[in-house]
Amino acid sequence: MDWGALHTILGGVNKHSTSIGKIWLTVLFIFRIMILVVAAERVWGDEQDDFICNTLQPGCKNVCYDHFFPISHIRLWALQLIFVSTPALLVAMHVAYRRHEKKRQFRKGDQKCEYKDIEEIRQQRFRIEGSLWWTYTSSIFFRLVFEAVFMYAFYFMYDGFRMPRLMKCNAWPCPNTVDCFVSRPTEKTVFTIFMIAVSSICILLNVAELCYLLTKFFLRRSKRAGNQKQHPNHETKEETKQNEMNELISDSCQNTVIGFTS
Amino acid sequence: MSWGFIRDLLSGVNKYSTGIGRIWVAVVFLFRLLVYIVAAENIWKYEHDEFECNIKQPGCENVCFDHFFPVSHIRLWALQLIMVSTPSLLVVFHVAYRENREKHHNQKLYKSPGKIDGGLLCTYLISLILKTGFEIVFLVLFYKLYNGFKVPRLVKCDMRPCPNTVDCYISKPTEKMIFLYFLVATSCLCILLNLSELSYLIFK
Repeated sequence: MDWGALHTILGGVNKHSTSIGKIWLTVLFIFRIMILVVAAERVWGDEQDDFICNTLQPGCKNVCYDHFFPISHIRLWALQLIFVSTPALLVAMHVAYRRHEKKRQFRKGDQKCEYKDIEEIRQQRFRIEGSLWWTYTSSIFFRLVFEAVFMYAFYFMYDGFRMPRLMKCNAWPCPNTVDCFVSRPTEKTVFTIFMIAVSSICILLNVAELCYLLTKFFLRRSKRAGNQKQHPNHETKEETKQNEMNELISDSCQNTVIGFTS
Repeated sequence: MSWGFIRDLLSGVNKYSTGIGRIWVAVVFLFRLLVYIVAAENIWKYEHDEFECNIKQPGCENVCFDHFFPVSHIRLWALQLIMVSTPSLLVVFHVAYRENREKHHNQKLYKSPGKIDGGLLCTYLISLILKTGFEIVFLVLFYKLYNGFKVPRLVKCDMRPCPNTVDCYISKPTEKMIFLYFLVATSCLCILLNLSELSYLIFK
C-alpha cells in the first residue's frame, strides 16, 4: 500500500478526463510523485541526524530543529499530493453512480438502452456533460485551491523557497544564540524549486482545462440557442424536450465516444 | 503481509457498501492509510534515538522514554487503523455465507446475495456500530495516555536511575502534533460518516 494504490485509483479516472486532464495526471505521477519517492525522500532522509548545532547542550538541537522545521518539506509535499489527487475521486464516484444507474436500466430490460451486455456498460466512457460537467469542473476548482493553499503555506512557513546553510537559534535550552547548520542545503533548494515549478505547471494546466471546459459549455449553449432560434415554429416546447431527451439517451448509449477533440 | 491486506479487504467490502460506505472507504484509504504510510511513519521512525535527556547517566534516557511513551503514537495509530477496518469482515463473511448457502441448495434463495436486506442489514449495522465504537475508544485512549493531543518539546523526568529531575527533549514535537490533529480530524470525520450511514439505513 503506497503511492501505487493511488495510481490504481486515479488511473480509472483517466478514461473520463479531457486531454489536458490526462496530461495533468501524467505530470502528477512522473514529475511529482515519482520524484518525491525516488529522489526527494533520500535528500531529506537524514535531515535531523545531520542537522548540527554548534553547542554541546543536550536538547538544543532538538528544539532548534523543531523551531525551524515545524513540518518537514517532504511531509508537506506528500500531503499536498494526496489532497490534490482527491478531487478526482468525485469524478470517479459520479461515473460509478452513472454506471450503476445504467446497469439498473439494463437489468430492468429497458428498451431505450441499446447495450448488448453489462460488459459494454463497464467499458463505456462517459462524455463530460450535464451533471458530470459540474462535478468535473468543481473537482478542477478544488484542485486549484489546494495547490494554491499548499504553495502559500510553503512560502509562509519557510520564508521563501530557499534553504539557508546556517540558522541562528536562541530557543531555550540553548545557552545563547547558537549556529545551526542544515544538511545538503543546495540540493534541498534545487528540489524545492523543482517541486514548486512543477506545481505551477499543474496550476496552469488546471486553469487551461477550466477555461477549455467553460468555453465548450458556452459554445454548446449558444449552438443550442441558435438552433432554437432558427426553427421556432416547427417545434413545440414538449417536442423540444423530447428531442433533447432522445439526444441525451442516444448520446449516452453510444459505443465509442470521442471526447473533446474537435 | 502488510497494509496491502487491509487495502484488499476494504476493496472487497466496497462492493457491498452503500454510497456513504464507499466515501468512508475512500477517506480511510487516502486520508488515513496513505498518510500513515507515506508521511507519519517516517516522523516517528527514530523517535527513541532522537529523544535526548540532559544527563549522562546510563539508562536514564531509556527509562524516561518508556515512562512518557508507554505505547508510541504511531503504534496506537496503526492499531486503530486495523481495528477500525476489521468489522467490515463481518459483512464479507455474511455475504460469503449467503453465496455458499445458495450453492449448497442449488437454487436462488436471495434476490442478490450482496443486497443489504434482512440478516445482512443487521450484520452491516453491527459492523457500523463496532467501527464507531473502536474509533471512539482509540480517541479516548490517545487522550488519556498523552493528556490531550499536544506533544510538548520538553518533559521533566525523575525516574530512577536519573539522579534528579532531568530535562528531556522530544524530537519533532510540532510535526507530531500536526499529524496527531490530522488523525483526530479524520477519525471524527469517519465517526460522522458512520453515524450518518447508520441513520440512513435505520430510517430507510
